[in-house]
Amino acid sequence: MPKKPVLLVVPALLLLLFPLVFSNPYILHMLILSMMWIILGVAWNLLGGFTGQVSYGHAAFFGTGAYATAILVKSGQPVAQAWWGLLVGGLAAVVLATFIGWICFRLRGPYFSLSALALSEVLRLVALNWKEVTNGAEGILFLPAFNDKGAYYYIVFALAAVTIFTIHRVMKSKLGFYFLAIREDQDAAESLGIDTTKYKLVSLMISAFFTGVAGSFYMNYMGFIDPGIVFDLSKISIMMILVTMLGGAATLWGPALGAVIYILVSEIFRVYVGSGHLVFFGVLIIVIILFFPNGIVGSILEAKGRRDRKTDGKDPKQVAA
Amino acid sequence: MKLLELSGVSKRFGGLQAVGDMTFSVDKEQILGLIGPNGAGKTTIFNLINGYYAPDVGDIKFNGEPIQGLKPFRVCRKGLARTFQVVKPLGRLSVLENVMVSAFSRTNHLPEARQIASEAISFTGMDAWRDSLAKSLPLGMRKRLEMARALATKPELLLLDENFAGLNPSEVERTIEIVKKIHESGVTILIIEHNMRVIMAISRRLLAINYGMKIAEGSPQEVANDPKVIEAYLGVAHV
Repeated sequence: MPKKPVLLVVPALLLLLFPLVFSNPYILHMLILSMMWIILGVAWNLLGGFTGQVSYGHAAFFGTGAYATAILVKSGQPVAQAWWGLLVGGLAAVVLATFIGWICFRLRGPYFSLSALALSEVLRLVALNWKEVTNGAEGILFLPAFNDKGAYYYIVFALAAVTIFTIHRVMKSKLGFYFLAIREDQDAAESLGIDTTKYKLVSLMISAFFTGVAGSFYMNYMGFIDPGIVFDLSKISIMMILVTMLGGAATLWGPALGAVIYILVSEIFRVYVGSGHLVFFGVLIIVIILFFPNGIVGSILEAKGRRDRKTDGKDPKQVAA
Repeated sequence: MKLLELSGVSKRFGGLQAVGDMTFSVDKEQILGLIGPNGAGKTTIFNLINGYYAPDVGDIKFNGEPIQGLKPFRVCRKGLARTFQVVKPLGRLSVLENVMVSAFSRTNHLPEARQIASEAISFTGMDAWRDSLAKSLPLGMRKRLEMARALATKPELLLLDENFAGLNPSEVERTIEIVKKIHESGVTILIIEHNMRVIMAISRRLLAINYGMKIAEGSPQEVANDPKVIEAYLGVAHV
């Protein structure tokens, strides 16, 4: 969180008041999507950025959240609809995360990354073919609970705020220290008393929860999903990684900034060019990784850190050890 | 009173007998030095005690409780900490954060962890480096960070793996002082060290190994004059 609360409170207030002043549904839609992507980026970043466990298949959790909600509503449980049902999506994703993490996190290296990728593809095929439950490629359609975009705007605003705040709190606690230690060196972490298998799983569960909630929100807001949309490899799984890298992995606000840029770029291209936003976004990512490997926010923080150390006036090497 | 006891511990890697039938014990409040030529199996013994490897056969007891085959984090929580010969700093964390990570094995609260960590940092004379990133530390300080981190887990027994290697003479003196101070605070120490001057200054009892087997045990003088130890380090005279 920024040291000056003004930096946080003013934008938050502006965002809160925005729908009262402007009711342009198009702009509201853009803001809603941005905030949903903020949740996705920040959630992926907890596992991939802070804990160092890169997932190539977070669409598995997004899609599971979306389908859990959709199937419940279709089977006559309107309780899963709108904001009061978001928890269902999150919990479904946590169950899935527990299963895959419990198996994969005993191993180190790329096993988890690749298993997550495989998992999301398997789930996509299951959703495509298990027609009795998922309606197959036709997808699931229902009427959104609210006609007014403003309602969804406030729901997703609250969700994004809760996500950022939770992850901020987590990173300031013992859990956060453990996650960073695991990222830096798992052998050292083990010998310092950290059950690395367990804490990698905890990180995944938190990350999957928020991803699942976002999936559930997406279902409620759009009113339609099909397997190709919510389990999409490049548009969901990979985009979550890119959004994080662009803004700055392992920073609190980096993925949020990345998410906003992503939505902006897609819209500008959709409106003025028609297509090619993915190409442009890809080039942008390459440029960022080449020149600012820590992402936008990461590079700013690093530059600030360097300046602070200079003005500190105390070079540790000069002080007798 | 025996704090750590190894009896008949063996570990084989394929065709290599890394540690064979190792039996020794460390008494409470002792400093036991472990010496031996390169590749003798010293670090493997640490890895067996620490839980990084499980022994093929044999028992390891800590405070009378069997610990062989336990995972390293469980061994650590029982009060047995180690340092690594090849240092493993958490590079992108500050010195304070590094030590706080290990302090969290004794508390769940941030202020308390910071308190424990600060004490360990002061104890090892790293105050000036507190906010430096671990990856920016010179080797001497990285070795000291290993000790500060191990101390913050509040161990009963500390395994030190070549904490003097690569240090300049004044750093060596300083580290000897720190090790003595750790010992005076009531921590039992098992130390691997090549530098005989250092090990003579620190420990009253030595254990020499070669090819994974114990070859001598006793006071530093006895061990240094043992023909098998001389042979292990200098080879056999062919005259």
